[in-house]
Amino acid sequence: MTSPDQTPGDGCGGPAGGVPASAATNTGNQAVVEGRVVRGSAPLSTGYARLLGTGDEFVAEVPLGEDGGFRFFAAPGTWKLRVLAPGGARADRSVSAEYGKVTKVEVTV
Amino acid sequence: MSRSEALVDAEWVEAHAGDPGVVLVEVDEDTSAYDKGHIRNAIKIDWKKDLQDPVRRDFVDRVGFEKLLSERGIAGDDTVVLYGGNNNWFAAYAYWYFKLYGHHNVKLLDGGRKRWELDSRVLTTDVPERPATTYRAAEQDAALRAKRDEVLDAIGKRNLVDVRSPDEFAGRLLAPAHLPQEQAQRGGHIPTARNVPWSKAANEDGTFRSDEELSTLYGDEAGLDFGKDTIAYCRIGERSAHTWFVLHELLEQPNVKNYDGSWTEYGSLVGVPIELGDAR
Repeated sequence: MTSPDQTPGDGCGGPAGGVPASAATNTGNQAVVEGRVVRGSAPLSTGYARLLGTGDEFVAEVPLGEDGGFRFFAAPGTWKLRVLAPGGARADRSVSAEYGKVTKVEVTV
Repeated sequence: MSRSEALVDAEWVEAHAGDPGVVLVEVDEDTSAYDKGHIRNAIKIDWKKDLQDPVRRDFVDRVGFEKLLSERGIAGDDTVVLYGGNNNWFAAYAYWYFKLYGHHNVKLLDGGRKRWELDSRVLTTDVPERPATTYRAAEQDAALRAKRDEVLDAIGKRNLVDVRSPDEFAGRLLAPAHLPQEQAQRGGHIPTARNVPWSKAANEDGTFRSDEELSTLYGDEAGLDFGKDTIAYCRIGERSAHTWFVLHELLEQPNVKNYDGSWTEYGSLVGVPIELGDAR
């Protein structure tokens, strides 16, 4: 298995300081969903990205990185990406994941 | 314990963060979160560097815990208020850990760092200085921690609660979906375990759901027998500490243990029974 540099060792927490959108991703055989969140023209560095399944079932959540970046290692399939931002703002996007591929998403809140 | 004793809200923290005898502690896997900004007067504990033995897979021993808390300036009679990221996973883990070593006056900030950030409350980079103490801990409370032989013996006898995501429970993933898929040798779950993902106990902002909702979730919906003892597990024991907190501290179930070996241990054991597939 491969481990992107930004990923912590064996914990379940978000990568240290969030995931810079610019960080290289070594996907190996993983199904990666990653991207960036912006508010206006600036990256949103305080906020959260959640991956939701059928019926909005929670799958995973990460804090946004300094440049608004996020990354998930999902199972293959179609997911809902939800962004939570200060002030009650949120945005939903439908995303697909498949093994060996990085699905890129940019979200504006 | 009860909700009013185990949880505090942001207003309480803003009013009492500077009180003598109150120690605010941020606990994260990602300690850079603390360094970027934390609640005023909060100190930090790194769940891995500070709370895990650097060589063996186990906790720091009692002496090590005493040394840590003494250095951080925490006294035995202080009110320790924990909060952190990841919907308080690691703060709940630390809460359970403090209880394990006999520190009874400990509380969680409901919603943790996420709710605080989403409410745009003030964070600071100022690091408080606390004079060292001479902390004395108790021996680990075996009533709170399950080990593998006890878990094996509990199959079909006690409530086993697998708090991982449905895909991890079914064996399709070996780790949460924001981490690379590695660790245990086999996927699946412990036979007879019910799958109640930790996230069902939390609202979107990271706060805990109401006692009524939680009681319905674990009792009516998941079918836990509240007359039986319970063991909760996840992958490495921190999400299940969140569920342990719900069952033991909020719902006041008397005999609940956290199996911190969890799936990274169980899923790599030779010869133990494993079930695959979705929850029935």
